[in-house]
Amino acid sequence: MSKLRVENVSRVFPGVRGGQPTRALEPTDLTVEDNDFITILGPSGCGKSTLLRIVSGLDRPTTGRVLLDGQEVSQPGPDRGMVFQSYTLFPWLTVRENIAFGLREKRVPVAEQADIVNRFIGQVGLKGFENHYPKQLSGGMQQRTALARALANDPKILLLDEPFGALDNQTRALMQELLLGIWEADRKTVLFVTHDIDEAIFMANRVLVMTARPGRVKCDIAIDLPHPRHYTMKTTPEFAALKARLTEEIRVESIRAAAEH
Amino acid sequence: MFEPLKPVSPGRRIALGILFFVVFFVLWGGATFSGLVPPLFLADPLKTAQAGIALFVEYGFIKDVGVTIWRVVGGFVIAAVFAVPLGIMMGAFKSVEAFFEPFISFARYLPASAFIPLLILWAGVGEAQKLSVIIIGSFFQVVLMVSVIVGGSRVDLVEAAYTLGAKRGGIVRRVLLPGAAPQIAECLRLVLGWAWTYVIVAELIGASSGIGHMIMDSQRLLDTGQMIFGIVTIGVIGLVSDFLFKQANERLYPWYFLK
Repeated sequence: MSKLRVENVSRVFPGVRGGQPTRALEPTDLTVEDNDFITILGPSGCGKSTLLRIVSGLDRPTTGRVLLDGQEVSQPGPDRGMVFQSYTLFPWLTVRENIAFGLREKRVPVAEQADIVNRFIGQVGLKGFENHYPKQLSGGMQQRTALARALANDPKILLLDEPFGALDNQTRALMQELLLGIWEADRKTVLFVTHDIDEAIFMANRVLVMTARPGRVKCDIAIDLPHPRHYTMKTTPEFAALKARLTEEIRVESIRAAAEH
Repeated sequence: MFEPLKPVSPGRRIALGILFFVVFFVLWGGATFSGLVPPLFLADPLKTAQAGIALFVEYGFIKDVGVTIWRVVGGFVIAAVFAVPLGIMMGAFKSVEAFFEPFISFARYLPASAFIPLLILWAGVGEAQKLSVIIIGSFFQVVLMVSVIVGGSRVDLVEAAYTLGAKRGGIVRRVLLPGAAPQIAECLRLVLGWAWTYVIVAELIGASSGIGHMIMDSQRLLDTGQMIFGIVTIGVIGLVSDFLFKQANERLYPWYFLK
């Protein structure tokens, strides 16, 4: 059975003050298998974040439904861990307390909480910063904490909404390797939204390209590059060929999006 | 020195702050010692200081100060105990807000001092009346401010908490409350300052003790020195309580004051 099924999901936002309703997402189908790492690539405003928010349960679809392990999604829950583009760590909690947020909500015994938190602090390389507040961290460290916070809940699927979008290029590249390393270690199912083509290819085993608004899946491209992947892969001919193809696909959509706005 | 928004060094900041007090005393002394303003209207700084010493030594002024502080703190605490939870409920739940907000917005503009004659009728001239003035003056302000603070909580943090498994109760307890707590404390600090003005008004009418009562008594004796000393006392107590409140906030919510 598939891990996640998105069936005929669409989203129309009602018009503001008598304006025209916005069709953000055309009816979309998507099947995600266990251990898939899928990136959703599209120009800004194409509904890719809307799709992710519907899968997370933070937004409701206008039509269709989302099934996770055969169960229909009706509200957000800890089985779908999410990392947002904006920094959403709780500023009044330390790194350690932030990562333990979901565990506390689940009433995991304190000793066990500490074990889990320590493991993920090690995994995202935040040893020595356990007791820092988010304001004392760099952007990259904040997103690493957010990643650890989502993973600590042991979700069935990890939803990432341009998590590295606000980071500088060098930090972003390191974060990609970090996340890829974590995925290669335990193969958690991931749905990753981005508008960065390199990132989409480097991380994924499948890239979905979305059209400009109203968004729908335009093509679904398998990325058969071997694992473990090293950053040097970004300069191989195979990578370049995929990049050329995706660049072409995205370019058409970006032009369309620009013409409409 | 006059570059917009340019920070000023800590030493210079203190020096400038003190400088104004110096200017203030020089102007006050100049106007009074020179005879420009007759002592009937304004006592000079020396007379004021002497009046202050006399108040404490001969007239047991410390008791008045104690009574006034107790009234302010008592009324303020009672108002806060009811106003903060209601404000939180209004900020968190829009239907609660829709129910209370129109009335409280109206009640906020009812001047506390205008209630004094009515309150004397209801509660006499005892402590209950004094506390009521402060409660009326503070309650509605705190409710509205807390409601706005909680209502302005970051939606992205609420969403993050939902995806981490928090339910409605958890959202209020673990996201809205801790996030709003430092601003609520700041709001209480502000309203405590206002409570000091209400208590003096309450004590000007129908009181037999308190700083306001002393000021009223001194007017009958045309003792401007005592009156000014009473006013300055309120200012000093206000400054001290403000400072203590601020220190407590910085200690309770270190994350909020991080640069």
